[in-house]
Amino acid sequence: MSLGRKLACAALVLVMSASAAANWLAPAGYSKQYREATNAPPSHTHWLGTDEIGRDRFARVLYGTRISLLLAPAAALLSTLMAAFFGGLAGYLGGAWARTAMAVTDLFLSLPWLFLLIAARALMPLNVSPLISVLVTFLLLGLLGWTTAARVLCTTAASLRTSDFVRQARAAGLTGQRLFWMHVVPNLKPVLYAQFWISIPVFILSEANLGILGLGVAEPMPSWGSLLKELEGLVSVGEEPWKFAPLILLAVVVTSFQLLLSKQEEAA
Amino acid sequence: MNNLRWKIGGHALAVVATLLLGGLLSATLVRLAPGFDADERELDPHLNTQSVQALREARRHEHNIFHFYLSYLNHSLHGDLGTSLALGQPVRTLLGDRLPLTTRLLTTGLGLAWMLSLTLALSAAWLRLSIFDVFTTVVSGTFLCIPAAVLALLSVLWNLPGSLAIALIVFPRTYRYASNLLVKVYSRPHILAARARGLGEARILFRHVVPVVTPQLLAVAGVSVSVAVGAAIPVEALCGLPGVGQLAWQAALARDLPLLVNITILVTLVTLLANSAADVIGHVVQRREI
Repeated sequence: MSLGRKLACAALVLVMSASAAANWLAPAGYSKQYREATNAPPSHTHWLGTDEIGRDRFARVLYGTRISLLLAPAAALLSTLMAAFFGGLAGYLGGAWARTAMAVTDLFLSLPWLFLLIAARALMPLNVSPLISVLVTFLLLGLLGWTTAARVLCTTAASLRTSDFVRQARAAGLTGQRLFWMHVVPNLKPVLYAQFWISIPVFILSEANLGILGLGVAEPMPSWGSLLKELEGLVSVGEEPWKFAPLILLAVVVTSFQLLLSKQEEAA
Repeated sequence: MNNLRWKIGGHALAVVATLLLGGLLSATLVRLAPGFDADERELDPHLNTQSVQALREARRHEHNIFHFYLSYLNHSLHGDLGTSLALGQPVRTLLGDRLPLTTRLLTTGLGLAWMLSLTLALSAAWLRLSIFDVFTTVVSGTFLCIPAAVLALLSVLWNLPGSLAIALIVFPRTYRYASNLLVKVYSRPHILAARARGLGEARILFRHVVPVVTPQLLAVAGVSVSVAVGAAIPVEALCGLPGVGQLAWQAALARDLPLLVNITILVTLVTLLANSAADVIGHVVQRREI
């Protein structure tokens, strides 16, 4: 393992552990308001200061990280499973199935990702409880993010269908589901893992974009998107540099995923 | 020539089919979206039961998705794209007013992104210095890890033009591909042979590299249009630029579904045309080389 990947692993473990320990590191929670200390700079009581209504920024960053790091992989898992089902099966069956699957993915891919997300999010009610907004946001990411992976899986499954070992298995009498589960699916696994890892940073960034645009997770629930929305009120970069903490954390996490991703891509 | 006509015809058919299908999908989503049936006028205490009933009757035809879609298509073909619910203006006027700014923004942003990508990718391929590679990878990687909306906010903070924000969002995607492609082509045997024979770098570039990489770079150029259109939403929304991206954001926040459907179809058309044009031009270039 290269030094970059070791550092990426260490960074991810550190960030995940800190967010998992949010209840102990910030026992007051993410929504407690310190009304006597609104917009406070960093201090020994509030390590990253407080926001405009007096909530501890460090606590919000920890809890927001937990939400993003729990739900982005969950959305990635959903999208990968959908891609495996639609893309893998269509590629394996071939013919009209593959053509239909490709037509559907083309339809989705003809729209820019962020635009598709915003349009779909607008179709859902916006005035919902924070918990529902979290679920809606990440569910949308999972439900809409499968098309690129499906395309890759469809092509891989189609090439497996015509590969020598599948032909030999077919000649030996294996057909239908057994052939699919015993010989095609195990060979799709590396591509599935790679697609899963690719989707995580994409979904993290997408949630951040949606949050900044006011279409993501609803207040008072924190997420990287809603935390980054604070940057909107800045007048200059040097004025309150601690407000950039969520951005730095997000960049570190996404970079770490990208570094680990190259290993997955090689494996695929 | 015949082959090219078939290719163009195929693309045109695909564009029309995707638009019709996309339109139907959008219309279905609009029809099924929560709150579609709600009409604020029904809450007006001045209206009696008959008037409320008349309002409901007037919208009855919208309940059938296909009827709703066909009616929308019919009106669209006659130039009537409907009226924005939130802004109370014809969608056609809104789009017409905002399209020039978005076009300018996207053209400049894409131009800047490609200029930066190709300059850095060519420098990386020529210099073949590991330190330069590390530098460009870190720069493009950093921009890749920052959400588009944050880049838009930073451009506001530093008083940078919106087109530069779009360029910085598109650049890392195009640079990565262009760099890998150029490095691969420059290490091919025929380039090494050309160098060994003493050919100048400019001659190698224009005679032996550009023809090989053009079709593939054109395909990426098509995709980069889609990335830039997506980037236009946060950039216009957060930089206060009154373009189509800002309109899409406003429509999303106000759940102005008629406006959103029209923007969706427009965006689909733009990206499909860009990808089709890139494919056809790439095909022409490839044929000319053969």
